[in-house]
Amino acid sequence: MIHVLLITFLITLFYMAIANRLMTYIKVLALQGVILFFVVFLQLNKIDTLNLIFILLETIVFKSLAVPIFLGYLLKRNNITREAEPFLPNFVSLVITTFIVVITILISNTIKDDNLDKIFFVVALSTLFFGLYLIATRRKIITHVMGYMVIENGVFVLSLAIGNEMPMLVNLGIMLDIFASVLILGIFLNKIGDVFKDVDVDQLSNLKDY
Amino acid sequence: MIGVYLLGAVAIAIILFFSRNKIFVYSLAGLFVVLQSLFTIYTCFHYDATELIYFSYDSLGVILLITLSIIAIPAFIHSYIYIENHHENPPTRAIYLASMVLLIMAISAGYLSNHIAVTWIFTEITTLSASALIYHHRNKLALEGTWKYVFICAISITFIFIGILFLSLSLQHAGSDDLSFRNLLARRAELNPVWLRMAFLFIFTGFTAKLGLVPMFTAGIDAKDKAPAPAGALFATVLMNLGFVGIFRFYIVIANTPLLHWAQLVVGSAAFLSLFVSTVYMLKVKNIKRMFAYSGIEHMGIVMLGVAAGGIGYYAAILHIILHAFVKSSLFFQFNQLYRVFQDKSIYHIGNYFKYNTTGAMVLLLGFISATAMPPSGLFVSEFLIFKSLFDAGQIILLIVVLLLLTMIIWAFGKNIFKVLFVPAVGFDDSNVEKISPWESLSQFILLATAVYLGLNPPAIFVQMLNESVKLLPM
Repeated sequence: MIHVLLITFLITLFYMAIANRLMTYIKVLALQGVILFFVVFLQLNKIDTLNLIFILLETIVFKSLAVPIFLGYLLKRNNITREAEPFLPNFVSLVITTFIVVITILISNTIKDDNLDKIFFVVALSTLFFGLYLIATRRKIITHVMGYMVIENGVFVLSLAIGNEMPMLVNLGIMLDIFASVLILGIFLNKIGDVFKDVDVDQLSNLKDY
Repeated sequence: MIGVYLLGAVAIAIILFFSRNKIFVYSLAGLFVVLQSLFTIYTCFHYDATELIYFSYDSLGVILLITLSIIAIPAFIHSYIYIENHHENPPTRAIYLASMVLLIMAISAGYLSNHIAVTWIFTEITTLSASALIYHHRNKLALEGTWKYVFICAISITFIFIGILFLSLSLQHAGSDDLSFRNLLARRAELNPVWLRMAFLFIFTGFTAKLGLVPMFTAGIDAKDKAPAPAGALFATVLMNLGFVGIFRFYIVIANTPLLHWAQLVVGSAAFLSLFVSTVYMLKVKNIKRMFAYSGIEHMGIVMLGVAAGGIGYYAAILHIILHAFVKSSLFFQFNQLYRVFQDKSIYHIGNYFKYNTTGAMVLLLGFISATAMPPSGLFVSEFLIFKSLFDAGQIILLIVVLLLLTMIIWAFGKNIFKVLFVPAVGFDDSNVEKISPWESLSQFILLATAVYLGLNPPAIFVQMLNESVKLLPM
C-alpha cells in the first residue's frame, strides 16, 4: 500500500510538469500533502503516538491546508496571472521529468542496502531533482516557491524512510519545513508583492557586476 | 555556561527588538558584548569540556570563537556610528541590533556544537538573522538581495538536511544513531561508503552557501553588498568561518576513511572553480563592496585548496581563515567611511581618497596589501604554506595555474584600489565632503596589526591550538 501511495506521489510530479495554471500547482501540492499523510500513517508504526500525531498534523494541516490556502491568497492578493509561463514547452518538460525518474532508478539500482526501501529513495530523489527543475524553468517567483515546496516534500519522503529508527530526524525535517516556508512565504512574498508589481524573476536582476 | 549564554543572548535580542529608548538599546548591545567576551574567556578556561551534551569547547571552536568575539566589538562600534550617521528610526535600529545579537549568538553556538544536526540548526538561525540585516534599507535592491539570499540559503539548508539523512543511513550499518562528530569518527570503519559519499556531497554543497564556494556562492555576494557594512563585515568573515567549520568537522571524519582521496578531489575542484570564478568577477566588477566580497571567495578557494592538499595545508587553512577574518572585516568596516565621503560604491565615481580622508586611505592601502597577501601581511605566511602543501602533494600544474589566477586578482584589485586612492574622480563635487574623525579607523588598524602579528610571530599557545585542531586528520 505504501508503494502504491508513493508511486501516486511520483505521478503527481508528471502532472505538475505539464500543468498550465498556477491553481493546478497549488492543488497538486495539497494532494501531495494528503498522500504524505497516509504514507506517514502506514510507515511510521514504531514511534510513539504523540510524535506520530504531531507528524500527521504537520502533513495534513501545514502541507495540505495552510500552505495551499496561503499560496492561493497570495495569487489573488498580488493579482498574479494564472499561467505558469514555463521557459520550455510542456512536452519537453514531460520528457525531462521522465528522464529524471529513469536516472534516479538507475542510481538506486547501483546501491545495495537492505535497510532502505528503494522506492522511498527513488521517489525522494526524483522529487528533489524535479523541484530544482521546476525552479529553473518557470518564470514567476511564486513558482520558485512552489518548486521549493516540492523539494521539501521530497526530503520529507526521504526522512520517512528512516523515520522508525530516528524519529528525531523527521521532527528536524518538519522544523526545517515550517521555518523555511514561513520565512519565504510569510515575510518575503508579501513584501515582494508590494514592491514589485508584476512578480516576475526578470525584475530581480538589478544586482549584478557589469 | 553555554546555556546561560544562549538564554542571555536570546533574552537580550528579544528585549532589544521591543526597545525604543536610545541609551537603553545601546547599553543592552554593550551588555551583549560583555556577555560574549565573558563566555569566550570562560571557554578558554574550560578547554575540552562538554556542556549540554551538544557543545564542546574544542580547539577549533574556541579559536574561532575568540576571532568572532574580537571582531564583534568593532562591529558594534561601527554599527553605532552607522546608525547615528543614517539617523535610523527607533524600530529599524531595534531590529538591526537584535538581529546582530542573534547572528553572533548563532555563529558562536554553531562553532562549538559537536553534533552535525545542532550545527545545522544554528546555521538555519544565521539565515534568519542575516536576512533581517540584509533587508535593513527596506528598498527594492535590498529586497532583491534578501530574497535571493533567503531562497538560496533555504535550498542549501535543505541540502545539508538531505546529507544528514544519508549520513544516518550510513550510520545505520554501524548500528548506531548518534550523529555527533566524535561517534562518527569512532565508527568510521563501519560507515557505508556509498551513503557516506552522498552525505558528503550534499553537506558540502549545502555549506558552500555560507562558506562562499562554487556552486552556492552567489547569494552571499548580494548579501554582503546590500547589508550595512558592519553586518557585511560579519557575513564576509565569521559567517564564512561557520560554513568552514561545518565542512571541516565532517571532512575530518571522511578523511579517516578510504574515501579521503575522493573527498580531496571534490573539495579541490570546488576550490579551484571558486578561484577561477572569483578571478573572472574581480576583473569585471565595478562596485567596490562587491569586489571585497569576491576577494573573500578567492580566499576561501585558497583555504579549501589547502584542506584538499593536506599535510601542512590543514594548519595553514585554519591560520588563513582566522587572519582573513581580521583583514576582511577591517576592509568592510572601512567601507562606510568611503561611502560617507563619496556617497557611491562605483569605482567610476570615487577617487583621490587620500585627499579627503588620509587615515581611512591608509587603512584601505594596508588592507589591500594584507588581502593580497603581500609581505608583511600575515596572510602571506598562510598562503605560502598552502602553496607549499600543494607543492608537497605534487600538484605543480595546479599550483602554477593558481598562481596565475592570483596574479590576475592582484592586478584587478590593485588597479581598482589605486584608482580609489590616487586618481581624482571625474565630476566629483568636493565642496561639502564630510570630515571623518581619524579615531573611527583605530579598530581597523588594530585588526590589521593583529593579522600581521599572528602571521609573522604567532604566540606558542596559538600555534598549539592550531595544531590541536588538525591533529585528528591523517598527515
